This record gives sequence, structure tokens and C-alpha cells, in this order.
Amino acid sequence: MTTETTTLHAQGASPHLGESLGREAWRRLKQNRAAMASLVLLTLIAVACLVGPWLTPWGLNEVDWTAFSAPPSLADGHYAGTDANGRDLLTRTLYGGQISLSVAVVATFVSLVIGVLYGAVAGYVGGRVDTLMMRFVDIMYSLPFMFMVILLMVVFGRHILLIYAAIGAVEWLDMSRIVRGQTLALKRREFVEAARALGVRGRTIVTRHLIPNTLGPVIVYVTLTVPKVILLESFLSFLGLGVQEPMTSWGVLISEGVDMMQGAPWLLLVPSTFLALTLFCLNFLGDGLRDALDPRTR
Amino acid sequence: MLLYVFKRLFQAIPTLLIVITLSFFLMHLAPGGPFDGERQLPAEIEANLLATYNLDQPVWKQYLIYLGNLLQGDFGPSFRYKDFTVTELIAEGFPVSLELGLWAIALALLLGIPLGIVAALRRNTGLDYVVMGTALAGVAIPNFVIAPLLALVFGVMLAWLPVGGWNDGHWRNMVLPVVALSIQQIAYIARMTRASMIEVLGSHFIRTARAKGLSEREVIWHHALRPSLLPVVSYLGPAIAGIITGSVVIEQIFGIPGIGRYFVQAALNRDYTLVMGTVVFYGMLIVLLNLIVDLIYSVLDPQIRYDD
Repeated sequence: MTTETTTLHAQGASPHLGESLGREAWRRLKQNRAAMASLVLLTLIAVACLVGPWLTPWGLNEVDWTAFSAPPSLADGHYAGTDANGRDLLTRTLYGGQISLSVAVVATFVSLVIGVLYGAVAGYVGGRVDTLMMRFVDIMYSLPFMFMVILLMVVFGRHILLIYAAIGAVEWLDMSRIVRGQTLALKRREFVEAARALGVRGRTIVTRHLIPNTLGPVIVYVTLTVPKVILLESFLSFLGLGVQEPMTSWGVLISEGVDMMQGAPWLLLVPSTFLALTLFCLNFLGDGLRDALDPRTR
Repeated sequence: MLLYVFKRLFQAIPTLLIVITLSFFLMHLAPGGPFDGERQLPAEIEANLLATYNLDQPVWKQYLIYLGNLLQGDFGPSFRYKDFTVTELIAEGFPVSLELGLWAIALALLLGIPLGIVAALRRNTGLDYVVMGTALAGVAIPNFVIAPLLALVFGVMLAWLPVGGWNDGHWRNMVLPVVALSIQQIAYIARMTRASMIEVLGSHFIRTARAKGLSEREVIWHHALRPSLLPVVSYLGPAIAGIITGSVVIEQIFGIPGIGRYFVQAALNRDYTLVMGTVVFYGMLIVLLNLIVDLIYSVLDPQIRYDD
């Protein structure tokens, strides 16, 4: 990421600084202890979710006939206890994390692609097209989106691909506004004029010159979108409208934990802790990145 | 002002039309019809039923009929609750949801604003850190985690309050759901009030007010408070939307008979007309509430005038 921003800014948009924008941002981020701690913790959670399910002594759907709703214990390898069906909670939580995080990454990416392209085109073309496109965004803003997503899940079934697409399709609005604003400011700059004078086509100007230069605010906004997406997926799963058995996610586990919380509170506490920690870290990281990349705080 | 209200209501029409159209056609894309039971109905009876509900008409005609009925406040029959229309179900559930939502908004404002002001006035002290730390936790932890934890601690372990149920809106039944519903909004509002209060306190007119010898209390109450509440008012729109969405989960967890719970059950039962009716109803509600919020904003901020 750092090198990418560096080269892009070397193309002409960069003000004359001693160091590249990306490197400076990274230096500033490193000074922010809360953000760095969050980054480390997030990496740990992600790695644990990716490799953890293979390292735990129990499989995802493996039933331990000697331990139903058993509390956490070191002796039998159920480090976080078992659920009502005798399945290992830690394994399931880490696996659920894979699903939750994958939804976060894919759905955010979907929203990123739609939002960036939409905003850049609206901003670059301008005029009546811009007005029309942004008016559409305004209308979309006032739709009760959560309910439209639920309607989608009801009508088309609860496939994971649909979750990716539906959540992504919900979250692109802010992104498009941000990118449009950036594009409007950028397109008057000399390097765009130079590119146009050299005969570069409009599409290339948008993809090669405008979009790369909006990266700073976009990165910040992405880190703020990821927790929203995770939350949305858990919300859907919690209601029983998200991923289905045999798949699981943090939202599903939390909703199972709620049913069992009187007798087996760990079933609620373990997945909730993972979810809350992840959201907490993402919020800190987003704030830190905003401080690091925002030129006004420099 | 009145003109502005009409203009806004007029602008809301395309939005609502999109909500209605999208939900209508989504619903008709769904596989299965309302009368696909375990038992195959005799052909004549099925034809009669379809004719009664206009389901034998082409889709565009059904759409127009639905729009026409909607204008008269009729959301059609529920597919699952056979003896009820969707309108009846909404009319039954809405007062409960409304009561819950109003208390939650009130609590969010009554706690969030003072907490934010106190944190701003005692900036960078222990008190500030405690308030803002708690607020950050409140933002990060979703309400469907907080709600069961509250129920576990106060309902089961301490047994101070009932774990669920509505009991015709007895206050003891209302405490936990209202708190669970408003925690996230309290946290947001406190953070927002703190930030804007700090910004306002640093501005020139506050320096002037202090320079002319006003007491600190007067500076804060008469000069700083109103401008620092403006961001909070503009946040009310999203806050209301958040509380409406949140109520879906909270009503489910605490077993409260509001529209939120109907909505979830309808979604799980594939009661398409009820799901769609609720979506349309929520859509209208959110559009209307946003308008009210904007009007309040214009009252508070003299720089905004709608009467051109």
C-alpha cells in the first residue's frame, strides 16, 4: 500500500514534501499507541481465525458425546467450553470469525468498487449527469435499508454470496459521496489538464489519475465501513436471517448463546468478546488512520 | 415554512414509491404463493381464493391495486395470521414500539447530552476519560450483545427486573429494553456533544461573552449550549432510524409484542405481505421523522431559513 501511494503521488499530485504521503501517514500512525495496539490485536484475531480451527483439538462439527454444554476446561481440550450439541465453542468461534471477517472484507470491497466508480464518474462528468446521479444517492439514503436487506434475504434465501452482495450494495452510498467530493476538487488540477491535453481518454483519466488520488480518504472510510459491515452481518445472523448451518458466524453464535445464557453463559460471552474486541479495534484504527491521513491535522 | 413542509412531503413521494415498488416486485419474485399449503386445494377453491385477493390479475394490475389500497391505509391480508390484515397487525404492534422508541430517544438525549457537556467542561480529567471510555465501549458493543447481558445480570442473577415480556407496558418491564435500545445512542450523543461543545467553547463569541464579564454558568447556558447542540439535532434522524432498527432485535430478545417482533417472525415465516407492509410502514415513518428533525433544526439554527 505504501509503495503504491508513493508512486502514484510521484506522478504529479504530490506537494513538495520531504517524504511521501504514504510514508508520512505510516509514521504518524505508528506514534498513535491505541491505533497500533488495535492493529496488532486485529492481526492476532485474524490469524487466529484463519489457522485456529486447525490447531484446536476438536473439529468444527465434531460432537463430544461426553461433554454437552460443558464449561471451559483445559483438561478435555474444550478451552472455551462446548455448546448444547457438544461441539467445541472455541473452534466454532474461530471458524465463525472466518465467515464474519470474510463478509467484512468482501462486502466492504463490493461497496468500495461501487462507491468509488460511481462517485468518480459523477464527479468527473459533472453537470446534469452529476446532479442526477447524486439525486439518486439522496433517494437511496432515505430508504430503510436494513429492512430492504432483510426483504432480500427472505425472498432469495440466505446464501452467503447474497449476504456479501446485499451488504455491499447497502454501504456504498457514503463512499460515493466522499469520492465525488474529492474528484470535483481534483479534476481542476493541472495534472488532469495535462493528461487531457496529451489526449488521454476520459475513462483512463478517471481510473489512472483521479481514483488513485482519492485513496487517502477512501482508506479511512474503508476502515470505518468494515465494523459497520461486521455489525450488519451479525445483526442479520442474530435474527436468523444470515448464514445457515453448517456454516456459522459470530452473530449466529451470539444468538445461540442468548438462548443458553442462564445455564451456560460462556456460549454468549466468548463470541461476544471476539465481536466486541474486533469492532473496538477497528474503530480505534479508523480514528488513528483518519488522524494520520488527514492533512488538516498535520 | 409551510411551503417548505409541503415541498419536502412532495419530495418524499418518489422515495416512498421506490420503497413500495422495490418491495412489491421483490415479493412477487419470491417462489411460492400464499396458498401453497401442505394440502393441495381443489382447483375451483384456489381459483376463488386467487380471485378474492386479485392474485389472478397480471402483476402490473396487482401493483396498481396494491398502490390504491395503500393510499387508503390498507396493506392487504397477512399470509400467516389468516384472520388479520397487515394493517391490523401494524396497528396492534405500533403503539408498543412507539412507546419503547420514545422512551429510548428521551433517555438517549437526557443522558447523552449532559454526559457530553460534563466531559467537555472537565476536559482531559479522569472524569472525561471515564465518560469517553465508556462511550467508546457503548459504540463498539452491539445492542444484541448488551441486551442479553443486561437480562442476565439484572433479570437472572440479581432478579431485580423481569427478563422479558411486556405486561401492558409496566415500567418494570420497560427498563431493560429501553436501556438496551438507547445505550448505543447515549454513547454517540455524548461523544458528539463533547466534541461540538469543545469546538464552540473555543470560538470568538464565547471569548467575547467571557470578556464582558459573564459568569461561567451564563456563558455555558446562554451562549455555548444552543450552538453545541446543533450536531446532536442533525444526528437525531440517524438516531431514530437506529432505534427503529434496534427495536427489531430488542423486541425479539425481550419478547415485546411490537412491530419489530412481528417483522422478524414474518421474515422467518416468509409472510411476504406482512414483511412488505412493515418495510413500507418503516419507510414512511423514517421519511416523516427525518422531516420533523429538519424542521426542529431550522428552529434551533437561525442561519437556516426555509421560508424563501
